[in-house]
Amino acid sequence: MNAYSALLRRELTLALRSGGGAGLGLAFFLIVIMLIPFGVGPETPTLGLIAPGVLWVAALLACLLSLDRLFQQDAEDGTLDILALSPVPMEGLVMVKTLGHWLTTGVPLVIAAPVLGLTLNLAGPAYPWLVAALLVGTPALSALGAIGAALTVGVRRGGLLLSILVLPLYIPTLIFGAQVVSLAAKGLDPGIAMMLLTGTSLFAVAVSPFASAAALRVHLS
Amino acid sequence: MSFWEFANPVRFNRLATRTLPWLAGATALCLGIGLIWGFFFTPDDYQQGSTVKIIYIHVPSAMMAINAWFMMFATSLVWLIRRHHVSALAARAAAPIGAVMTLIALFTGAIWGQPMWGTYWEWDPRLTSFMVLFIFYLGYIALWEAIEDPDKAADLTAVLCMVGSVFAALSRWAVQFWNQGLHQGASLSLDKEENVADVFYFPLLVCLAGFVLLFVTLVVLRTRTEIRARRAMALMQREGEHSA
Repeated sequence: MNAYSALLRRELTLALRSGGGAGLGLAFFLIVIMLIPFGVGPETPTLGLIAPGVLWVAALLACLLSLDRLFQQDAEDGTLDILALSPVPMEGLVMVKTLGHWLTTGVPLVIAAPVLGLTLNLAGPAYPWLVAALLVGTPALSALGAIGAALTVGVRRGGLLLSILVLPLYIPTLIFGAQVVSLAAKGLDPGIAMMLLTGTSLFAVAVSPFASAAALRVHLS
Repeated sequence: MSFWEFANPVRFNRLATRTLPWLAGATALCLGIGLIWGFFFTPDDYQQGSTVKIIYIHVPSAMMAINAWFMMFATSLVWLIRRHHVSALAARAAAPIGAVMTLIALFTGAIWGQPMWGTYWEWDPRLTSFMVLFIFYLGYIALWEAIEDPDKAADLTAVLCMVGSVFAALSRWAVQFWNQGLHQGASLSLDKEENVADVFYFPLLVCLAGFVLLFVTLVVLRTRTEIRARRAMALMQREGEHSA
């Protein structure tokens, strides 16, 4: 347990120190949401209509942006080899790194989303569901992203490849997540969509450590 | 004589060279008969006119688009478990064919959709899942191209294929949920198998056989090419070691 908490502490420290890029995802989220009215027009009914989807797509892109930091730097400076020798299994390592990514990227998005929803004129009953859906869905974004990051860790300038691999994996999460919010915004019951989102998310979190660890082992061999 | 004998690249290539002319001939025969029969010797549909004939390309290519991914899944699994290089190379060989089949299905569908539905594109569950499938193919091909070490590339793409299969299936159901959420079950998609009358059905069967044969021919041909390319690479490496 000690090794795990040390690892998590290291991840968080690295992300939060200057140059760690923890704030970047949040800033990106903010800018994308700010750009939407410029592209779509300032009519509040239209903005309110597209707000659930836009918030989710922006959160997804913000998450994607910081994924290449997940393993790349550690692989380049040799830290990953040392970590592979530690008593923590590779799957555990991936889990801790994913958790670190979620805490520094996903959680800030969840907190910022309602405020940005206000600027997009999101309907009143949707706010608690927006927070709940993002809280449940963003771990899946980090977990699936870890698979992509692990697959492309040996590829130089693999950022674009990473997004091509990861974005299609995000489709179920995005569909269910955006459905939760837009159903709630229309005053309908989002319960089923929420359950499906939770299921998808739990599945992604369960599968990711094994797939990512398999990919990392290939890279290290 | 077991099936696994052809895991030996030399045996596989020998078999490929021997069977390719027959496979290619059978493909040409089936596609020729099926398409000519279908295009010229079937009546126009009373509702759809002659546009119905695009079915002879659309349905077989859509079927192969999905089955090519299944084949990649199976061969990737064989590579992960039994480490036969031919298997991994066959998966690599099948991917671009599957991607092109997906594109053909999408394009013929769009051409058919314009006069029938009044639109080239509709975010219908079927259409959307095919676009998603196409993106999965692109990612898979891109990952093969990006990694230099061939064994590592085979391993990583196999992992991607496993994960991708699960999430492609999940997307299929998610997309259905999503569209019903918008359209209340009003779908433009026809369930084609049920609507097809016998006059259209038999040439369609021949075309399906033709597309299956075409796929097998192309996969065998491309796998042979991949094996030869790997052999050439190995020879060049050995040469390099000698001169060094």
